[in-house]
Amino acid sequence: MTELIVHQHWFLWMTLLPLGAAVATFLAPRQARWIGFTTALLLLLCALLAIAAAIISKAQTITAGNWSTPLGIELRADGLALVMLAITALVGFIVSCYALSYFPARGHHQSRTHYFWPLWLFLWGGCNALFISADLFNLYVTLELVTLASVALIALEGGKAALAAALRYLFIGLLGSLAYLLGVGILYATYATVDIALLGDMLSATRLNHAAMSLMVAGLVLKSALFPLHFWLPQAHAKAPAPVSAVLSALVIKCAYVILLRLWFEVFPALETIAVGHLLGLLGSLAIIWGSLMALRQERLKLLIAYSTVAQIGYLFLVFPLARSQTMAAAWVAGVLMMMAHACGKAAMFMVAGTIHHTAGSDRISRLAGAGGPIGVLVVVFTLAATTIIGLPPSGGFFAKWLFINAALVTGQWWYLPIILSGTLLAGAYIARVLGWAFLDVKRSSYPVIPWVMKWPPLVLSVIALLFGLIAFEPVQIALIGAPVSTGVLVELRP
Amino acid sequence: MSMALLYAGSGIILFSIGLHALLVRRHLLRKILAANIMGSGVFMVFIAMGARGDAGVADPVPQAMVLTGIVVSLCFTAVAIVLAVRINHLTGCTTLAIDEESAID
Repeated sequence: MTELIVHQHWFLWMTLLPLGAAVATFLAPRQARWIGFTTALLLLLCALLAIAAAIISKAQTITAGNWSTPLGIELRADGLALVMLAITALVGFIVSCYALSYFPARGHHQSRTHYFWPLWLFLWGGCNALFISADLFNLYVTLELVTLASVALIALEGGKAALAAALRYLFIGLLGSLAYLLGVGILYATYATVDIALLGDMLSATRLNHAAMSLMVAGLVLKSALFPLHFWLPQAHAKAPAPVSAVLSALVIKCAYVILLRLWFEVFPALETIAVGHLLGLLGSLAIIWGSLMALRQERLKLLIAYSTVAQIGYLFLVFPLARSQTMAAAWVAGVLMMMAHACGKAAMFMVAGTIHHTAGSDRISRLAGAGGPIGVLVVVFTLAATTIIGLPPSGGFFAKWLFINAALVTGQWWYLPIILSGTLLAGAYIARVLGWAFLDVKRSSYPVIPWVMKWPPLVLSVIALLFGLIAFEPVQIALIGAPVSTGVLVELRP
Repeated sequence: MSMALLYAGSGIILFSIGLHALLVRRHLLRKILAANIMGSGVFMVFIAMGARGDAGVADPVPQAMVLTGIVVSLCFTAVAIVLAVRINHLTGCTTLAIDEESAID
């Protein structure tokens, strides 16, 4: 049994399976729903097996076609790849369940159902391929696969606003990835390889390498929507259908960020990056404050959640200034935890927003007046998911912020402390504003009955988001398999 | 080497021209063209990289990468054109300048 688990390359199946299923759902649109659901189930299973294999035999690598590295393509399932594969499988499975009911088999929006499944499976396959890629060019190709599928998914609604958001997203994506690709080209010119591990060993602090790094970081920052390059995000995420918004916010943003994390810790350590780290930290701090303030001002639930994503992305970028020698592991782990916690919480929130839109007929926050009674389950799910966004214990968001604050104190960068605290307060404020409307003592007449698949899957995800902190030790242990940081994570306060 | 540098330099100039047009021009077709010019600039840099090394023998890896890049850029152009045509059908305009407030519902 152990033999079987270790000798199969499960993470490779996690790429091939969704891509194959995407083609199948495209060719047989009538069977799309059950093919899609079965694939989601199988992917969840594969993720568990891949993690089991990695726990037994550490990080696995495959060299495609047995061509060795300078020329060949290497696929690698290290800790970061595994936790991302797992969280994608979890969120993807729940979103798939939700989509079964959100996109019904019959009705006048039938074509949307037919297009959703192939595109969503392509996106899923692209994400999984991205996480296991170990060379810069492969990362570019997979990132483009993800972007292309996302563009089509945003356009699914078909209205002019959705189309405009999709096209804007396409241009932004293209701009970001071409800047990244130019950086890859410059690196290739000097070192004649695009393999992450080889480059990490060879790189030295030259002016050309700094130019390449600036281009790549700028491209990826644009794609992960860091302030002030976040302008495209709220429209794109708010215009898409709810399951798509959930996936975009929870997973697609993280794709560009994962590449950045890999570059920073595996390729660029030899370069003098402290100034760039401070710049990213500054932009991250501004993102936290600006995103939260904008979220506080929104009249629509989906826009509020989208601006909250802008703020949460800010926290992810605090990793870069905070990762100094002794806090390297703590900051890295905090970033990974933040990604996972945000993926669970934000996906659940977007799905609830979709259900509320479906039942209340609009996603204006004021329309939620008195909704706490008739659609109380939804409000509860929303609140549970929001705990991790605010960062209340025992959610994953709390532990990530704890590690960030810890790293800030250890490295003497105290100014991140008030930023994190005020971000937390503002998050509390914009969530409380939604709840304030929901629990107004107003009699609302009737809401249509909500199908159970639109109600319960988001609840599962939000409970996981809430309790994530309690089980955070295991995911962290898995993430640290073959990680680029030393394994000691500081968890005590030491000013 | 100087020839390769000339190509790489022109590639970067093309990239900059495309970048400028993509940010400044409002007509969707111009934006799509600009993105393509940017892409071509990057590909030229890659091709120039292939000329380095032993005299007379080109490095095939950048050429393979450019082929992949061309496929990606073709897909993006196709999707962008479809979206642009659709927007033109629905709104009658050729820009993305849609009033955000009215577009919300």
